[in-house]
Amino acid sequence: MSDQLVSEPLRSDAVPGLRRKGILAQLLARPLAVVGLAIIVLTVAGALLAPWLTPYDPNDQLFDGLTLEGAPMAPGGAFALGSDLLGRDLLTRILYGARTSLIIGIAANGVALLIGTLVGVTAGFFRGWTGTILMRFTDLMMAFPALLLAICLAAVLSPSLWIVALVIALVNWVQTARVVYTETSSLAQREFIEAERSIGAGTLRILFRHILPHLLPTIIVWGTLGISTTVLLEATLSYLGVGVQPPAPSWGNIIFENQTYFQAAPWLVFFPGAAILTLALAFNLVGDAMRDILDPTQRGRLS
Amino acid sequence: MIAYLARRFFQSVLILLGVSLITFALLYLLPADPVRQIAGRSATPQTVENIRRELGLDQPFLVQYGRYLLGLVQGDLGRSYLQRSEVTTLVMARLPATLLLMAGAIACELALGLTMGLIAAVKRGTATDQALMVGSFIGVSAPQFVVGLLLLYVFAVRLGWFPIGGYGTFSHLVLPSVTLGILGAGWYSRMMRSSMIDVLRQDYIRTARAKGLARSTVLFRHALPNAILPVIAMIGIDIGLFMSGIVVVEGVFGWPGIGQLAWQAIQRVDIPIIMGVTLVSACAIVLGNLLADIVTPFIDPRIKLR
Repeated sequence: MSDQLVSEPLRSDAVPGLRRKGILAQLLARPLAVVGLAIIVLTVAGALLAPWLTPYDPNDQLFDGLTLEGAPMAPGGAFALGSDLLGRDLLTRILYGARTSLIIGIAANGVALLIGTLVGVTAGFFRGWTGTILMRFTDLMMAFPALLLAICLAAVLSPSLWIVALVIALVNWVQTARVVYTETSSLAQREFIEAERSIGAGTLRILFRHILPHLLPTIIVWGTLGISTTVLLEATLSYLGVGVQPPAPSWGNIIFENQTYFQAAPWLVFFPGAAILTLALAFNLVGDAMRDILDPTQRGRLS
Repeated sequence: MIAYLARRFFQSVLILLGVSLITFALLYLLPADPVRQIAGRSATPQTVENIRRELGLDQPFLVQYGRYLLGLVQGDLGRSYLQRSEVTTLVMARLPATLLLMAGAIACELALGLTMGLIAAVKRGTATDQALMVGSFIGVSAPQFVVGLLLLYVFAVRLGWFPIGGYGTFSHLVLPSVTLGILGAGWYSRMMRSSMIDVLRQDYIRTARAKGLARSTVLFRHALPNAILPVIAMIGIDIGLFMSGIVVVEGVFGWPGIGQLAWQAIQRVDIPIIMGVTLVSACAIVLGNLLADIVTPFIDPRIKLR
């Protein structure tokens, strides 16, 4: 196997699963992945088309949005999912909240992935003092209770949408760094890298042409699974009141705002809760299918 | 083994030192001024300055941190700014409730996760297997505060089977434990399934079947003990998940543990309590990881400690 790798320059299409057939085609052959993809597509569509899907504004406190006693309206009628304690349409807030979840899910996870890959590759490839320090720091981060760290960070930085994304990124890069580190350090010892060095290839060339393409499957899998973690962490921070701040809608802060009403108006917790669960589940389903497709070493063990 | 333990212990101390430094620095940078919280709104600038000096908060960062470490070595986590009592006392008073909740959660996740994984492995490839694995994904995708509120609504508000919140009897423990345990149950069912499938492939299982043992005997006497051990060894690593979960779950159920203590302290900028809980949690996480590493070679002698 390594002979072949030495004689042939590695391109991304030499990595299993990344062949011409395409990940998408392989994903579509798996029912659970299709369900996950459908949920993601629907959520993205709902977030983008929100202004056309609903007649209301997410922050409008509607005149007929509360009962005569001042309680939220039950689902059905003019408000498909009911109204919240300020008389705003819940469906509208959930649709606009999807924007928050997706933006943070993608941005925060992207940054986390970037930090994690950078740390993991540097530590795995260069080793020595740099590697030791980076990995000890990663160990240190693993010992932090993630949620407490995120809450403290959010409190220090005073939350806005992008700050919340940054906080989540600063907490979530650790897992990626560890996985990437393990893979890089085993790759760096393989013969084909040694061979590249001996024919005079520079460090950057080895990194970009030979190490990174091999890491791509791992990065894609962790990237997809990571969005699910990110969505959950954003929801939790917003639920605790240290994430995205009202009146900007987020699925977590909808529950945070309406919690006092939840015994009388449980839909105010259940609909946004179901939205969080469904989106996190979707990314987990797709991520797991990706792992099966892209990572042949895991395949035998999980299925 | 002794050398290994000594080195790991040394590493753990270094890690905890790092955790304390980072947390202390973060809280030092906190824009909210704890002294204003203590002094109240109507305090004169003179009073504010006096309190600041009294608490040593006018000192440079390194002096403050040094003082904190000095106390830490003596088991002193400092004094709460607002509650006027020792943080060590506060944390110790709350710790039993949190440990009880964690024990409940471990019981739940093992009972649920191992059963699901076992059934899925035995029924591998069937619709039951698929359904159970989807179930495990739902478990790891469900936000804990939603699960908690949902269980609270159905089983406490509607059905009235359990109390709405609080602490004291066994029935108070059930809903918070299930809420905290569901995430782990999701992971355990997947690990149990793959571990069981690995074991069922082994030759000695085929031999046991071939010599005419009943299916259930092979499953429960020969396969299960071997499949279950590596999964159980993961409990130590769970501590990290729990330490995040308790902040939410204790809040939802009004459980008087260190999670709630931390949450209240964060809202009131009571920095010594935040520091204390973070350090105790980090200790628990480091200890849990260490435990997992020590247990592993006993379970699988092929693995050597390095």
